[in-house]
Amino acid sequence: MSGASDSYLTHTRGFWSWALTLDHKRIGIMYMVGILGSFLLGGIFALIVRTELATPGPTIMGFPDAASEASPAEQAAENMVAIAPSSTTGRDLYNHMFTLHGAVMIFLVIIPGIPAVLGNFVLPLMLGAKDVAFPRLNLASFYLWLFGAIFFVVTLHTGGLDTGWTFYTPYSTSTNSAVVTAVLGAFILGFSSIFTGINFIVTVHKLRPAGMTWFKMPLFVWSLYATAIIQVLATPVLGITLLLLAAERLMGLGFFDPKYGGNPILFQHFFWFYSHPAVYIMILPGMGIISEVVSVFSRKHIFGYQFIAFSSVAIALLGFLVWGHHMFVSGMTPLAAMVFSALTFSVSIPSAIKVFNWLATMYKGSIGLATPMCYALAFIFLFGIGGLTGLFLGTLSVDVHLTDTYFVVAHFHYVMFGGTLIAFLAGLHYWWPKMTGRMFSDVAGRWACFIIFVGFNLTFFPQFLLGTRGMPRRYYDYSGLLDSHPEFALLNLLSTIGAYTTAVGLVAAAICLLHSLWRGRPAPANPWGGGSMEWQCPSPPPHDNFPKTPPVRDPYDFSYLAYVGPDRGFVPQT
Amino acid sequence: MNEPPAQHEMNSSPSDDHGLVSHVVPAIVLVAVFAALIVLTGITLAATWVDLGPWNLVVAMAIATVKAALVALYFMHLRYDHPFHGLLFVAALVFLALFLVPTLQDTVDTEPAIQQFREATSPGLPKTSP
Amino acid sequence: MTQAATSSHDSSGHDHPPFLAHHYETPKQQFDAGKLGMWIFLVTEVLFFGGLFCAYAVYRATHPEVFIYAHQFLDKNLGALNTVVLLASSLSIAWAVRCAQLDQQRALVACLAITLALAAVFLGVKYVEYKQKWEHGLLWAGRYQAAESAETANHAAPEAHHAGNPESAPRDVGIFFSVYFTMTGLHGIHVVAGMGVIAWVLVLAVKGRFSSQYYNPVDYTALYWHLVDMIWIYLFPLLYLIH
Repeated sequence: MSGASDSYLTHTRGFWSWALTLDHKRIGIMYMVGILGSFLLGGIFALIVRTELATPGPTIMGFPDAASEASPAEQAAENMVAIAPSSTTGRDLYNHMFTLHGAVMIFLVIIPGIPAVLGNFVLPLMLGAKDVAFPRLNLASFYLWLFGAIFFVVTLHTGGLDTGWTFYTPYSTSTNSAVVTAVLGAFILGFSSIFTGINFIVTVHKLRPAGMTWFKMPLFVWSLYATAIIQVLATPVLGITLLLLAAERLMGLGFFDPKYGGNPILFQHFFWFYSHPAVYIMILPGMGIISEVVSVFSRKHIFGYQFIAFSSVAIALLGFLVWGHHMFVSGMTPLAAMVFSALTFSVSIPSAIKVFNWLATMYKGSIGLATPMCYALAFIFLFGIGGLTGLFLGTLSVDVHLTDTYFVVAHFHYVMFGGTLIAFLAGLHYWWPKMTGRMFSDVAGRWACFIIFVGFNLTFFPQFLLGTRGMPRRYYDYSGLLDSHPEFALLNLLSTIGAYTTAVGLVAAAICLLHSLWRGRPAPANPWGGGSMEWQCPSPPPHDNFPKTPPVRDPYDFSYLAYVGPDRGFVPQT
Repeated sequence: MNEPPAQHEMNSSPSDDHGLVSHVVPAIVLVAVFAALIVLTGITLAATWVDLGPWNLVVAMAIATVKAALVALYFMHLRYDHPFHGLLFVAALVFLALFLVPTLQDTVDTEPAIQQFREATSPGLPKTSP
Repeated sequence: MTQAATSSHDSSGHDHPPFLAHHYETPKQQFDAGKLGMWIFLVTEVLFFGGLFCAYAVYRATHPEVFIYAHQFLDKNLGALNTVVLLASSLSIAWAVRCAQLDQQRALVACLAITLALAAVFLGVKYVEYKQKWEHGLLWAGRYQAAESAETANHAAPEAHHAGNPESAPRDVGIFFSVYFTMTGLHGIHVVAGMGVIAWVLVLAVKGRFSSQYYNPVDYTALYWHLVDMIWIYLFPLLYLIH
């Protein structure tokens, strides 16, 4: 193919040709740079948090008054009451670090992550379209993301943030940290997310080529569609919530303040009506990637296509009915708690449908363990653990004991990191040749995946044990708990070692991918033998994707593709 | 500009190749809907003079909903438009209800506890009047 | 006539008029995509305001006495006037869409200008209302400092004394004004934004950019404006007409 001479990367040159581009592929790449940069930032915060917890007592944040402080037991008791907000102690710094880790990772990385980077790049290609429905809106949502990210960076320099990423009142209305800046940043990021959602829904509805019916769309498109439904329906409620919180702090609105007749629990309802469905904004696109990868690398038609497609929509809709399970110990009435607990279990049905269908797809398939597939297998394993431990937390009686322990931390990291981020890595490796036109080293990629997998489990599995034994989350120091639970020291140390192992794996993956930009061999149009349309244009794709929309076929029918060596990849027979 | 509008109105059928105009709302319908909206505004004002107890709110909301429906169906063309757009709008209201009803139920039930806490922690607080 | 009409005339062979973006096949596809996008945006607006309606419901349910007492401070007549103004602006923008569909250029410009003027009237009335509240300290909870009873504060609501003894003000009256200012304030911001968009569409209409072949911005703006109207249709009885 001669396409390499004029790809979307070389179509025009110069800074402004990127900064003002309306090309969905370039916008996807810009998102990728931004989001991976934020991921690095959030990851550094995580390592700081884990380093602090490596040993009991102050480890690296012991300044300035920690040295003169009383016995560890007293210190732990002090930790349980409110912390004086003005003094810069190790504890305060710790609060800032875990808050920024959470806020950056959630709002800047995993909510936009897969849709904005991979969705933007791949969705129009999968539909054989020239672009998304509203290219200008697409660029606008990138700049909104950037603007929101700048607010977060400003937050770092103007007092930081120590509320936890959830901004719970009344603490968020009384702390001295830069809540308003952070809240406005999240508000802007919400609009970025809404615009992406609108764009994708319209693209799927109006830009499908003739002949591509709903049930001939790749499952990644289905999952992006379901994600967009949540983005559109839930994110506005976050927007108004954050505005009210900002108004509460700036003007004394009183909605969440009992002093004026307000109700602080109302904030939690508002917040979780968005933020629980947002969990599915994070995981659904990841599930879509896994559906693609599992089928392609098993060389077998996806099992239960319609079940997987509908389960995405079912998860999106059911996700709106379960937010109350975050509030079981907030003083919710027993009736509401029981209803929410029961509804929570219903979400596990469509999630399990997906897992079983992936397993059935692999059954008797001709499985090739290329890097994307390794990540996909890691995903299925880790998401399985994350999902099953979610049932413990959804059970009302058990949740009362596990709330605010490390069990919760471990659970959502298994879902968010083990699920979403591993799926993002799977997708990134899967579409990397398409995006860059270069093949990365499969051996290095697999090693990186293996190190991440081991490091991840070493980080978070001990946290399940910590949680069930009663170690509370968000504690800066656990030395006071060691008398009754001496095992906490070892488990925390293991977790910290795991965190560094994971970091090594992630750096290895980054080196593997970056190295391919200079040294990788040119990628063929279809290196993995995928059946969806994006593999039918050259790698990297030309500026307007397809000169003519390719014929529509079943995206999971691989029978017509034959492998003809590394240089040409898979080509259609006949 | 000088073409007779009536002619356009008639041949704006789907037969027109690249025409966007699927339906032009007749002038009389626009005026009638506006008149109905004004009359309903009058009725909802008048209804406040009558004491219906809790039904005052119900009546006010019912009238507002009829008005909103008129705006949606005729001014926003939903009656003539692709049904999916109507479905979207209804879905928005359904999800709003999913949000509002459980939140309302729970906050109303927890309110006494919050007021108890407040009265216990702030001594000089005036009691509620009724 | 208009450039749109001429271009569709001379490009009969390869039909790609200037207003058609490169990734759409036909103007119809572009129009439908934009319209669907606009409807989805309206869905997000409904849920955005929905949060405030939820807060309203919660505080009306938990503090009914506050709402009955405090609504007397609002001026029903100005509220009704604004309702009529906004309904009229809805009519005029609906008519503007009709004009665009029928290629009535001058009437289109007139309808848009009328809509813009009515929106300005709405904001003017709103300003008068806010000013009254401000002067009497009838502000949101954190700034609420009403010194007077409902009867003296509200010049324009003679029926105030019907609703019981105004001296026995319940506590937490400020929460009503928090609700009032957030709901009408957010609505007002939407009116201002709408005026900006309508002004832009008006400029394009004056330049003759619209025709029955291309009137997408007119149609989408009208949809947005109707939603703003619709929200006010609910705000008026909920805030002004509490019984």
